[in-house]
Amino acid sequence: MTFIPHSESERDAMLAAVGIKSLDDLFAAIPQKHRYPEMDLPDPHTEMEAAAQLSELAAANNTVQELTSFLGAGAYNHYLPAVVDHILRRGEFYTAYTPYQPEVSQGTLQAIFEYQSMMTALTGMEVSNASHYDGATAAAEAVNMALAVFRGKRSKVVISPSVHPQYRETIRTYTQGMDLELVGDEPASDLASGPEALGSLVDENTSLVIVQYPDFFGRIHDLTALTAAAHEKDALVCIVANPTALALFKSPGEMEADIVVGEGQPLGMPLSFGGPYLGFFTTRKKYVHKMAGRLVGETVDNRGQRAYVLTLTAREQHIKRDRATSNICTNQGLMALASAAYLSVVGKQGLRQAAESCFHKAHYAAGQINQIPGYNLRFQDDFFHEFVVSCPQPVEKINAWLLEEDILGGYDLGRDYPALKDHMLLAVTEMNSKEQIDALVETLKEVNHD
Amino acid sequence: MTEFKLNAEPRVVEPTVFELSSPGRTGVSFPAPDVPLADLPERLLRTDLPLPELAEVDVVRHYMHLSNFNYSVDGGFYPLGSCTMKYNPKINEDTARLPGFTFTHPLQPLETVQGSLALMFTLQEWLKEISGFASVTLQPAAGAHGELTGALIMRAYHQARSDSKRVKMLIPDSAHGTNPASSGVVGLNIVQIPSDPRGNVDLEALKAECDDTVVGLMLTNPNTLGLFDEHVEEVVRLVHECGGLVYGDGANLNALLGILRPGDIGIDVMHFNLHKTFSTPHGGGGPGSGPVGVAEHLAAFLPAPLIGILEPATDELPPLFGYETPARSIGRMKAFHGHFGMIVRAFTYILMHGAEGLRQIAEYAVLNANYLQARVRSTYKVPYDRICMHEFVAEGHIEGSDIQALDIAKRLMDFNFHPPTNYFPLIVHEALMIEPTETENKDTLDRFAETLIQIAEEARTTPDLLHQAPHTTPFGRMDEVRAARELVLCCWLPENYGEQE
Repeated sequence: MTFIPHSESERDAMLAAVGIKSLDDLFAAIPQKHRYPEMDLPDPHTEMEAAAQLSELAAANNTVQELTSFLGAGAYNHYLPAVVDHILRRGEFYTAYTPYQPEVSQGTLQAIFEYQSMMTALTGMEVSNASHYDGATAAAEAVNMALAVFRGKRSKVVISPSVHPQYRETIRTYTQGMDLELVGDEPASDLASGPEALGSLVDENTSLVIVQYPDFFGRIHDLTALTAAAHEKDALVCIVANPTALALFKSPGEMEADIVVGEGQPLGMPLSFGGPYLGFFTTRKKYVHKMAGRLVGETVDNRGQRAYVLTLTAREQHIKRDRATSNICTNQGLMALASAAYLSVVGKQGLRQAAESCFHKAHYAAGQINQIPGYNLRFQDDFFHEFVVSCPQPVEKINAWLLEEDILGGYDLGRDYPALKDHMLLAVTEMNSKEQIDALVETLKEVNHD
Repeated sequence: MTEFKLNAEPRVVEPTVFELSSPGRTGVSFPAPDVPLADLPERLLRTDLPLPELAEVDVVRHYMHLSNFNYSVDGGFYPLGSCTMKYNPKINEDTARLPGFTFTHPLQPLETVQGSLALMFTLQEWLKEISGFASVTLQPAAGAHGELTGALIMRAYHQARSDSKRVKMLIPDSAHGTNPASSGVVGLNIVQIPSDPRGNVDLEALKAECDDTVVGLMLTNPNTLGLFDEHVEEVVRLVHECGGLVYGDGANLNALLGILRPGDIGIDVMHFNLHKTFSTPHGGGGPGSGPVGVAEHLAAFLPAPLIGILEPATDELPPLFGYETPARSIGRMKAFHGHFGMIVRAFTYILMHGAEGLRQIAEYAVLNANYLQARVRSTYKVPYDRICMHEFVAEGHIEGSDIQALDIAKRLMDFNFHPPTNYFPLIVHEALMIEPTETENKDTLDRFAETLIQIAEEARTTPDLLHQAPHTTPFGRMDEVRAARELVLCCWLPENYGEQE
């Protein structure tokens, strides 16, 4: 079926008004030999048939509701308050375009303004943009911004090996051909050393230091000394932060970060097989003109009402074209709304409760697993809701065993870190009950006895 | 010019969530942990968390109030040129929220996500059929992200052939702003190509720039004038002859579904906008989805991973779907696999339409644009007046009146229409770029045309009505200068705010 409302008589009247006889006459400019190609596509489906086919595909997956999940590594299974999706499903929000016409877009504009406000509060920074595609692309845009701050005169970027491997890959994709020196995350780098080791790599040619908090292995380090070391060489520091962790731990702003980016998915977005998620990006006000992305600012209308508009658009592609700070156009408007609704409805107390629950459950799980012969916590550092376990057998084998028991095991770190062969990254959130954790522990014990 | 005189503090129409907050109020709370408590590391903790505190009902009412301030496709006609604001079928919203899709983690073992992978693989195949390309990635997050992917692929292709002196991207002056920006951010030099009097790429100007430093040409076709380039095959030939590649900006693909496959006329690489052509909603500024299709010679450069068949189907078993990395991949464009939720919506939409339905989309989108053009062309000058594709551009000024495109756009709001795109493309004076899409009926188009004609009359008789418009919307014209000068970007102010340089 289609969503085309024309009756035949209406169509004919319209053709007559245009002065043509048939629909084919509309396409005279199209090269004739290529016109009306054959396309091998399914026959048209009614809504009922399409719904059935989609249900069948969806049912072929095993979800984190059917399985017990301990998988994180950049996407987290958190509780989704009912309110969030009810707000997102309002057609007034989700069927609107980017708010170019502020008189009829104040809903979107104020929501994004509030999102910006909550993200600056959470990260301890001064300005936030309206979003990026995800945490990885936000990190890549941080590199671009740092290069712009130094007008291309500093070509070195120091990146911690404990930044998410896919974020590091994305940064490399974005910066290929730029003649950048990206150092710090070589395969042989020491994963046990703290962030201070990175500081020694910073020199007068360094534009940016990128570090993750909690890092990819779940560890929480105070990054104040690192930012001080970087600032001594006038380099900027970008902290890739987990927003749930920021409910408990020192804000990046307090640790003197210059840029904070991260993945907003934990703030009310479903896992949805990897997207759409939300990249957040906050920085110091002095860098606002170098920042990519859209920005909403407060103003007044000609009736004396407080109102909001897209501002500083001169940085953007539709004005600056090839000299724009970034090519970003459509971003993640609705996901910014999701996180704003989530933060509003869980509020200060709810976010703390969720974060504390993650912390305690992860620590309980880590303590229990550490007692199983053959399994050991790899790092002794403080951690939030993820931790690394060295395993007595290949992770793939253990995960296959866990899956037999309907448990989704952790991320196989050997994929990205040769030094962490047979190491698993486990995530525990408020969604995991003690019973589930105990079942995981029991099953891991059995794997060892296998 | 609108004046902004403020005698008092601005009136607050809807307070912010921070203003609605009261210490101690709670909304959704979480259960106490059912495990023994661990010690929180005191030295690492934050002392303040300045987030709002509201009850659930206050949050719901707040967003309900805000939503009422928005114009939307669900609310009315949204002829925003180049944005393809068609109706977003409700079934898409339901299929994307099936628990089997919503609650799968992107890093799950392959055997637990075969439904998602089969869907993605199939959409790759369908997009290849629709576009005539050899290979498709679903990873890019939006149209501009697809352009960036394409620009990186084009450069990587030349570099792989040790053809390193190619640094020049040719871009027609009718291109979307993202085209030069996408090429600019990867460090290419932009050369602008003018349009000829019929709105096509100026062939002589193109010839003059075609040399061995050309990476390629970024071509929007139909272009932003809504016109199909009458010499497109010649344009493609010229670029190929100098060793360059042709990028197709797929933003306007709605006009070509089932009519022409860009791959068939030699386009080398193109992005799709699932959020335009394939009806996934715009969300008030995203999320979009910008898959990229490429011809055979560029397939090895696509970003990783693609979805492929790892083990073919047997008599008993379906195929095993999984991830593949192209041999010379430019790398990963983002974390994970793409905007899966958008991919499900587009899949649902194509499944319902089939080949015949897709062709009807293009036919009726183009019919609607031509009908509207025919109805208004005697009132508003159409500078490139010929059969248009899915959109057309008129000049928003009226003989004997000082009214501008902006005034016309704002006045349309009083009649409960969203304005067209204005002041774009840049090559048309006072541009009004109008794209009705195929989902609007004749009555709506008639009302819109009559309103535009009435506004032209008002422009001559009661111009102040237009200068001051809109009148009936909840908000009036904005003081944009004040927004940029005062730069209030946040309603919660950290203590040291303003003390920074």
